[in-house]
Amino acid sequence: MSGVTVSVAYDPPIVSAIARRLVLLLVALTSVIGFSFVGAGVASAQDSTEEPGDAEDTPEAQEAAEQDIESVVGTLKYDDEDDNEVPVEGVEISATDAGGEEVATDTTSEDGTFLLEIAEPGEYTIAVDPDTIPEGISLRSEERGSTTFTLSPGQQRTVLFPLVEGEGGGERTAPTRLDRVPQLAFEGLKFGLIIAMCAVGLSLIFGTTGLVNFAHGELVTMGALLAFFFNVTVGLHLMIAAPIAVVLSGVLGAGFDRGFWRPLRNRGTSLIALMVVSIGASLALRHMFLYQFGGRTRPFGDYAIQTDRIEFLNITMVRKDIWIVGVSILLLVLVALALERTRIGKATRAVADNKDLAESSGIDVEKVILVVWAAGTALAAVGGVFLGLTEQVSWLGGFQLLLLMFAGVVLGGLGTAYGALVGSIVVGLAVQLSVLFISSELKNVAALVILALVLLVRPQGILGRKERVG
Amino acid sequence: MNWMGILESTLEAMVTKNAVVFALAAIGLNIHYGYTGLLNFGQAGFMAAGAYGTGIAITQWAWPIIPAAGFGLFLSVVLALLLGLPTLRLRADYLAIVTIAAAEIIRRVVKATEYRGVTGGSGGINGIGRGFYDANPFSERLDLGIVDFSARQLWFMVVGWGLVVICMLLTYLLVRSPWGRVLKAIREDEDAVRSLGKNVTWYKMQSLILGGLFGALGGIMLTLEQQSVQPDQFFTPTTFYAFTALILGGAGRVFGPVVGSMLFWGIMQFTSVSLRQGIRNGHIPESVMDGVQAGQVPLIVAGVLLGALMIFRQQGIFGNKREVALDGN
Repeated sequence: MSGVTVSVAYDPPIVSAIARRLVLLLVALTSVIGFSFVGAGVASAQDSTEEPGDAEDTPEAQEAAEQDIESVVGTLKYDDEDDNEVPVEGVEISATDAGGEEVATDTTSEDGTFLLEIAEPGEYTIAVDPDTIPEGISLRSEERGSTTFTLSPGQQRTVLFPLVEGEGGGERTAPTRLDRVPQLAFEGLKFGLIIAMCAVGLSLIFGTTGLVNFAHGELVTMGALLAFFFNVTVGLHLMIAAPIAVVLSGVLGAGFDRGFWRPLRNRGTSLIALMVVSIGASLALRHMFLYQFGGRTRPFGDYAIQTDRIEFLNITMVRKDIWIVGVSILLLVLVALALERTRIGKATRAVADNKDLAESSGIDVEKVILVVWAAGTALAAVGGVFLGLTEQVSWLGGFQLLLLMFAGVVLGGLGTAYGALVGSIVVGLAVQLSVLFISSELKNVAALVILALVLLVRPQGILGRKERVG
Repeated sequence: MNWMGILESTLEAMVTKNAVVFALAAIGLNIHYGYTGLLNFGQAGFMAAGAYGTGIAITQWAWPIIPAAGFGLFLSVVLALLLGLPTLRLRADYLAIVTIAAAEIIRRVVKATEYRGVTGGSGGINGIGRGFYDANPFSERLDLGIVDFSARQLWFMVVGWGLVVICMLLTYLLVRSPWGRVLKAIREDEDAVRSLGKNVTWYKMQSLILGGLFGALGGIMLTLEQQSVQPDQFFTPTTFYAFTALILGGAGRVFGPVVGSMLFWGIMQFTSVSLRQGIRNGHIPESVMDGVQAGQVPLIVAGVLLGALMIFRQQGIFGNKREVALDGN
C-alpha cells in the first residue's frame, strides 16, 4: 500500500477539497436522479405492457419485415380461479398515431388474439376499449388500458393488456408505505446480519493481509454446499450437518491460507496480483461448484417450509427467521468479545491496525492471519447456511452476495471488523427498504449506488480512519 | 476422436465472434491496465453501453447503423465520465470494487422489467435487424481446407478484424506519443508525474474514456453479429474473460490483447469440444463427466489460467516483466 500517505501532500486545502467533493456528489446525485426520472417516464408510458420478445425471429415477423408492414399483435386473456388462462373474445383494440388519428382497429377473435396492421413506422398509442370488455372482467388497472411506443420499420410488436376477474385496481388495497416499514426493516436486519457474518472475514483478511479477496463469495457458497452435502446427501439433520460444515470450513480456510496464500505472500507476489489471483480462484471454484452441484437451486432437508407464521408488531415471520437473527447476533457479539477480550483478538486488531508495528512488538503475524482465515471462512459458512435457509442453496449464492459484502465492508471502513458489521447491516436495511421506492428487481442496485456515494464523500467508511485510504 | 473436427472448431473460435469482441475489449483494458495501471473491472459495463446504445438507437429511433454505433460510443464516454469523476482518485483496490459494482448496476438496470420498453428486460433487445448483413459484399462461403466460413462470418471477420487492426494502430501511435509516455509514467509512479505538474486525474480520465470506447466497440460488434443483445452477456465474468485474454497475451504490448483473445477462445473451445468428443466416444465415462459438466470445465480452466498467469507469468506471452509489476497505486 505505497499510495497510502503520499497523495495527501498534493491535496488542495481542506475546504476546497470538501467543496469539490460536494460538487462531485451533486453531479452524481443529479445523474442518478435524472436517470431514474427518464426511466420512470418511460416506465409509466409503457408500463410492462409489451413484450418485444423474439418478434423479429418469427417467420411472420420476417415476412412483415420484407413487406415493410409494421404490426402490433397480442392476446387478451385472464387467469381464472384455477389459474387457467381464459381468452377474451370481442374486445376492440385500436391504434392511434401521434396526431390522434385512428389508423387501425381490430376485435379480438375466439382465441383472444388481435392483429393491427400499421402502414408507417412511427409513434402509436395502442388502446383497449374498456366498454367492450365483457362483464365480470376488468383491466388490472386503468392506466394499463393503453400503451404508447415507437414502431421501427418492419417491426412486429407484441402488446399485453393484463386482465383480471372482478374489479381490477381498487379491490386490492395496497398497504401504505408506512405499514410495510416494520416488515421490510426486519427483513433488512436479517439480510444485513447474514451479509455481516460473511463480510467480517472479508474485512479482517483485508485488514491483516491487504488482500481484497474476490473469492470470498465462494467461501460462503462452500459452507452452504458442505452443509447441504451432510444434510441431504449423507442424511444428517441440519442441526448436526451445519456445525460440521462450519468447522470443516474453518479447517479448509486455514488450509487455504497455509497451503496457498501464505506461500504466495512469501514469494513477494504483489497485492494487486493476488487480488487478480483471487478472481481466478473465484471463477474456477464457482464452476467447480456448478460442476458438482448442478445449476438448480435446492432446499435443505430440514426447515425448508415453515407454515406457522408468527405475528409481532406488524411483522410476519417464521420460526427460522427468529433463529437466524438470534444466532447471527449471538455469533457477532462473540466475535466482538473475542476481538476485545482475548489475546488473539487483540493481536488481530493490532495487526489490522499496523502490521509492521504489531510484528515488531512480538506478535506472530502469520499465526494471526491463519486464525483470521479460519474464523472468517467459518463465519462465511454460517452466513452461507443461513442464506441457504432463506433462499435455498445454489452454486451462485455467495457470488451474488459478494458485491453487497464489498458494499458493507467499504461502507463500514475497509479492514475494520466493527465497520464490516455496521456497514453490512446498513446495506441489508438499504436493500430491503429500497423496495418502498423502487422496483424490487433493482433493490441490490440501491446498495451499489450507496457504495459509490460513500466513496465520494467518505471513502474511509463510517468507522475507518482517514489515512487508511489515501 | 475426430482431431480434425476439434482443430477446425478451435481455429474457427480463434478468429470469429468472441475472439473479435474480446480482442476489442481487451485492447481497451490494455489502455487502462497495461499502460495507465488503472484496474478497471467494469469493462463489461462499457461493452454494455456500446451494445445497448446501438441496439436502442436502432430499435427505438430507427437510426442507421453508423450513427447508432456512434450513440453507443457516446454512452460509453458518458459512463467513463460518471465513473471516473468519483473513483479515479481512489486506490487501485477501491477502483476495482467500484468499477465492478458499476458494471453490475448497468446490467441489473437494463435487465429490470421497469425499463423493458427500452431495453427489453431480461430478454434483451431483439430485432436489431439485418442492416449489418445487408451491407455484406460477400455472397459465397470461403473454404480454406481445414476451416470454412460462411459469407456472414466473412463479413463480420473483415469488419471486426479491420476494427481490431485500426485500434491496434491507434494504440501503437498513442502510446508512443508524449501523451502515451505520460500514461506509462503514471503507471510507474503517479506521484512523480504529479510533481512534474501533470494533471494525473485528467490523464487517467482520458485513458478511461479511450479504453472504454474500445470496450464499447467490442459490445457494438457483438450486437451487430447477433442482431440482438442480452443483459447477461455483460455479467461480471465477461470483464474477467477480457482481463484473462489481456494477461495471457501480455499487458502493455500492442499485440498482447489480440493474441491473448485468440488464444483464450481457442483454449476454451478446444477444452470444451475435446471433452464433449471424449464423452461421446466413451473415452470419458458418464459417471465422471456428462455433457453439461463438460461445459463448465473451460471456465474452470479459465479461472486457473488467470490465477496461474498472475502468479508465474504476469507479463504473459509478449509482456515485459518489469513493466507489469504493479504495486497498487
